Amino acid sequence: MADTNASTAVKKIATRESYGNALKELAEEFPGLVVLDADLAAATKTSIFKKAYPDRHIDCGIAESNMMGVAAGLSLVGKIPFVSSFAMFAAGRAFEQVRNSIGYPHLNVKIGATHAGITVGEDGATHQCNEDIALMRTIPGMVVMCPADDVEAKAAVRAALEYEGPVYIRFGRAAVPVINDRPDYKFEIGKGSVVREGTDVTIVATGICVDSALGAAKKLAGEGISAEVVSICTIKPLDEEVIVNSARKTGKVVTVEEHSVIGGLGSAVCDCLCAKLPTPVKKLGMQDVFGESGSAAALVQKYGLDAEGVYASVKEFL
Amino acid sequence: MNNLELQKHANDVRKGIVTAVHSAKAGHPGGSLSAADVFTFLYFEEMNIDPADPHKADRDRFVLSKGHTAPGLYSALANRGFFPVEDLTTLRKLGSYLQGHPCIHIPGVDMSSGSLGQGISAAVGMALGAKMNDQDFRVYTLLGDGELEEGQVWEASMFAGFRKLDNLCVIVDNNGLQIDGPVDQVCSPYPIDKKFEAFNFHVINVDAHDFDAIRAAFKEARETKGMPTCIVLHSLKGKGVSFMENSVDWHGKAPNDEEYAVAMADLEKIGAELEKAGEV
Repeated sequence: MADTNASTAVKKIATRESYGNALKELAEEFPGLVVLDADLAAATKTSIFKKAYPDRHIDCGIAESNMMGVAAGLSLVGKIPFVSSFAMFAAGRAFEQVRNSIGYPHLNVKIGATHAGITVGEDGATHQCNEDIALMRTIPGMVVMCPADDVEAKAAVRAALEYEGPVYIRFGRAAVPVINDRPDYKFEIGKGSVVREGTDVTIVATGICVDSALGAAKKLAGEGISAEVVSICTIKPLDEEVIVNSARKTGKVVTVEEHSVIGGLGSAVCDCLCAKLPTPVKKLGMQDVFGESGSAAALVQKYGLDAEGVYASVKEFL
Repeated sequence: MNNLELQKHANDVRKGIVTAVHSAKAGHPGGSLSAADVFTFLYFEEMNIDPADPHKADRDRFVLSKGHTAPGLYSALANRGFFPVEDLTTLRKLGSYLQGHPCIHIPGVDMSSGSLGQGISAAVGMALGAKMNDQDFRVYTLLGDGELEEGQVWEASMFAGFRKLDNLCVIVDNNGLQIDGPVDQVCSPYPIDKKFEAFNFHVINVDAHDFDAIRAAFKEARETKGMPTCIVLHSLKGKGVSFMENSVDWHGKAPNDEEYAVAMADLEKIGAELEKAGEV
């Protein structure tokens, strides 16, 4: 556990960048690693890997469905494929290929999906995938991760390579503060962590919303409200223990995600709590609406996912 | 293996198909029977496989992209010794390992498949991986002609042609019929050969039920360098069972007890003729 203060974090990096860097850094250690992309290497940042290891980077062209199948086949002859595209096309367009050609045979394929959520920004609703966590977590045996920052993103890529089986990791387009850069940081698939202790309310957040939750908690503290912040990188399998323990302590839970409130982190937390410790939950995220064009910052503000928005929603809930 | 032996094995494979589908009271006999000869040729002659060691590293791979014809694949695998022929009667039943569509946990099955258009991509990935690993096994995948209506088939073909995957052999079972009717009346995939040529494949048109022609085609495929091969098998849906031949009705229907008796009698008769031919 560590008390992290978001406002002091000045270094910002997009998790897609962390992804590209991690692939390159881990290439020697994992000789089976190959990277597939669908004409988006520059955007997904697998171009960083491609530049260093051109023979291990396979551009499949704009054909995500085939790319998933090719990755499945590669995994069956000993490769560890990391398949990349935007979340919309990896989890959305190729959903059934991921389900039937990767999930059902439980193959050792990793999906690195970038440009998830509304912080895609200006491209607008067609490219802002707010459904990928929901889709991926319905596939039996699929690990689903959503790192909060550079440190966690790199750790998640390593963990995925060390793990045998299908993994989906979602990365963002926009630069976000590095919040986990501390000596005692540890990463394990399926483990969440309390990043700020509190007693009045639990804020469970994933991805870039962990930073918003920390900002909100700080603001709430100024008004005498003690918010506990739980950071969840692995949405499946969910760390039920950390959530139940925190909910038992505070009695109220708010979930925050850059994703639809249907089927994502909020739903996963509710699934857990309704079975183990019925607790009032407020779900923050995209409230069953499509996104729109705008800057990432303007969008997170409009949809209430920045620190200010989370603060206001928590206050309203209490 | 001589043609007469192959024909006998193919007839046994057909009996296994009809028996499995009859027992399951569901399944796809028509496209299994049309492909029975190529299943037989692949598993009894063409492919480097070992029923005692189904996972051996240097084996040739096969992906049944038209996965609904699992009875054909299972019957070939059983007759080749991958698992007991008697198990074919457990097809599609609760608790059986013989799932309705191919599942990777079945001995001899290299990839789960059945959602059309997906198997070819996995086969392409295996072929690419073999090249990257400097392994010299070959990869075979069987598609239906109706399956060619799936866009993913052409994504995979574009990729395979571009990557010059000459260790890949795509086989199309062109029996001319799909669930809703003749393929050229539903959403015509013709001309099949010209399409694959345009995607940078070497294409061979073959009579699906002539083992000399099949043998020559696979030899030509093996000797073709710098591009993948597509073998278009001109086949008869339901081949070997009189009332199933060239009939849309028997795409995905099981014979009842009376029909099963007629089907087996048809195949027994063919078997007897093959035995007689062997004695001459």
